[in-house]
Amino acid sequence: MTAARTGRAGDAALVACALLAFAMPWLVETFTLVGINVFAILGILALSMSLVWGVGGVLSFGQSVFFGLGAYAYAVVAGNLGGSTIALGAALAVPAGFAALLGYFLFFGRISDVYLAVITLTVSLILFHVINTVAGADFRIGEIALGGYNGMPGVAPINLPWDAGRPLDYEEMYWLSVVALLVVYVGLRRLVRTDFGRIVLAIRENELRAELLGYDSRAYKLGLFVIGATIAGFAGALYAAWGSFVGPDVFGMSFAAQIIIWAQVGGVSTLAGPVVGCVLIQALTTWLGTSQVADANLVLGALLMFFVLVIPAGLLPRVQALFARRGTR
Amino acid sequence: MSLTATGLHLVYGIAVLVLTSLGLAIVFGMMRVINFAHGEFLMLGGYAFVLSVQAGANVWIAMFVVAPLAVGLFGVLVERIVIRHLYGRVLDTILATWGLSLFLIGLASVTLGFQQRGVAPPFGSFELGGTRESVYSVFLIGVTIALVVAVLAFLSRTRWGLLARGTMQNPAMAEALCVDTRKVYAWTFAGGAAVSGLAGALLAPITGVVPTVGLVYVAKAFITVITGGANALTGTLLAGTMFGSISEIATTFGSPIVGQVALLAAAIVALRLMPAGITGRFFRRSP
Repeated sequence: MTAARTGRAGDAALVACALLAFAMPWLVETFTLVGINVFAILGILALSMSLVWGVGGVLSFGQSVFFGLGAYAYAVVAGNLGGSTIALGAALAVPAGFAALLGYFLFFGRISDVYLAVITLTVSLILFHVINTVAGADFRIGEIALGGYNGMPGVAPINLPWDAGRPLDYEEMYWLSVVALLVVYVGLRRLVRTDFGRIVLAIRENELRAELLGYDSRAYKLGLFVIGATIAGFAGALYAAWGSFVGPDVFGMSFAAQIIIWAQVGGVSTLAGPVVGCVLIQALTTWLGTSQVADANLVLGALLMFFVLVIPAGLLPRVQALFARRGTR
Repeated sequence: MSLTATGLHLVYGIAVLVLTSLGLAIVFGMMRVINFAHGEFLMLGGYAFVLSVQAGANVWIAMFVVAPLAVGLFGVLVERIVIRHLYGRVLDTILATWGLSLFLIGLASVTLGFQQRGVAPPFGSFELGGTRESVYSVFLIGVTIALVVAVLAFLSRTRWGLLARGTMQNPAMAEALCVDTRKVYAWTFAGGAAVSGLAGALLAPITGVVPTVGLVYVAKAFITVITGGANALTGTLLAGTMFGSISEIATTFGSPIVGQVALLAAAIVALRLMPAGITGRFFRRSP
C-alpha cells in the first residue's frame, strides 16, 4: 500500500522533472541551456553508478575510468574518421571491452568487495598517471595526439548519423542528452524487472543462496559490470562532444570521488537517487568554483563523511520514507 | 649503470614500497579497516617534519619524534570521530575515510598552499660502480628494515602485541577475557597512523611535500597490502618484494610509467591466481 503510494508519487515527480527538462529550451537562454546540458550527461553517468552499486551491490570506484575511456575513445575515433557515428560505437565498445577484461579478473577471482573497491580505484589512479605522461607529438593514435596533461582540445561534435557535415547545434545536443538520460533511466527500470535483473538482485541479497539455486553469480556480476561500463562510456562520449574537450582529470581521484558522493548523497537504494545527488552536488561545486567561498575538495570530503556517518541511506530514500509515513497516517 | 647500482635501486624501490605500506598494513591486518586517507597521513607526516624543521627543530627530532607523534595523535582523533562508529561496516569505512582524504587535501591546499616544501636530504652522496648514489637512500633502506623488525617484535614479543593479536583473531573471546577491545583498536589505529607519519617524514627530503603527495604512494600501497592478504605484515613484505622488483625492473627497461602499469597488471593477475592474497594461499599461520 505505502510502496504503491510512494511509487505513484515518485512517478508523478519523475514525469514533472521530465516535463521541466523538456520545457527548458523555451524557458532559458542558449547559454544557460548549455550549462544545464552537462547535468543530463553526468546524470547518465550517475545512472550507471545506480545500476552497478545500487542494483548489483558492487561498489566500483572505476565508473570514472569507463567514463574517461568512452570520452577518449570518442575523441580519438571522431578525430580520425571525421564523423561521430562510428566514434559513438567505439565509445561504447572500448569501455565495455575493458570492463569485461577487468571484471573477469575481479569477479572470477571471487575477490571480496573491499578488494574490488581498492583495485578499481587503483586502476583509475594509474590510468591518470599514464594519460598525464603521454604528452607530446610522439603519443598519437592515427592523426590525433593524446595530449597528456594538456588534454585533447577540439573534440568533434556529434553529428546526424552518417552525415559529418551536419553537426548538432546546442539545442539539439541538449535534446539528445535529455532523451538519452530518460531512455537509460526507463531502460534500467525495465532491466531490473527482467529475469537478469531479478537474479542480480537475488545475488546482491544473498550470493550463496543464489549460487545454490544454480545461478553463476560471477557471470551475472560481470554482465552487470559491463552494462554499467557501457552506459558510463556513452556518457563520457557525450561529455567530450559537449565540451569539445577531454583531459586526464576524468581519471583523477576527485572525479572518481564525486561519482561516489552523488550516489551516497542521493541515496543508492533508488535508481534516481544518484541522479538527484549528481544535480545537487554539481550545482554545489559549480557555485563553489565561481564564488570561491571554500575549497571544493574540503566541502565534498566533509559532505561525504557527514552522509556516511549521519544519513547513510541518502536523501531520496529519506524523502520517500517521509511521504510513506504521511501516507499511512 | 653497473649491476651493484641496479641492485641498490631494486632494494630501495622495495624499501619505499614496504615503508609506505606498513602503516596501512598494520591497520588493515589488525582491524580489517582500509584507510583510504592513508596517503594523506603520509602527507601530514611530511608536513609535520618539514614545517618543524623550518621552524628550527633538529632534523632527527623532527623526523623520528615530531612527525610520528603528530600523526599518531591525529589518528586518535580520527578513530574517535569517524572510524569508531563504523566498525563492521567495511565499505562505509572506505567511503568515510575517502571523504577524510579529500577533506585533508582541501585543508592542506587552503592553509599551506600548493608550492612544494622540502628539506635538503641529509648526508652526501657516494660513488658506486660509476654512478653517484645518495647516502640517504641507503639510510632509508636501513630504517625500513629496523622499522619492520621493530613492529614484528612488538607484536610477537610484548604483552601489548599479544593483546592486539588476540583481539584480531577473536574479538569476542578477547572481550570475554577482559580485554578492552575498543581501546586495542584505538591504539592500533593510532600506531598505524604514527608509522605512516614516520614514513611520510622519511620520504619528505626526497620528494618534497605538496597537498597531493599522498596520491603518489597510495595506489601502490593499497595493492601491496591487498595482495599480501590476511596476514598483512608478512604479506606486505612478500608483496612489496614482488611488486617492488617487478616495478623497478620495468622502470629500468622502460620508464616509471611502464613500471606503474606493470605493477598494476601484476597485481590484478596475482589476485586472480591468489584471491585470498599471498598469505591466504601459502603462509596461513604466520603473523
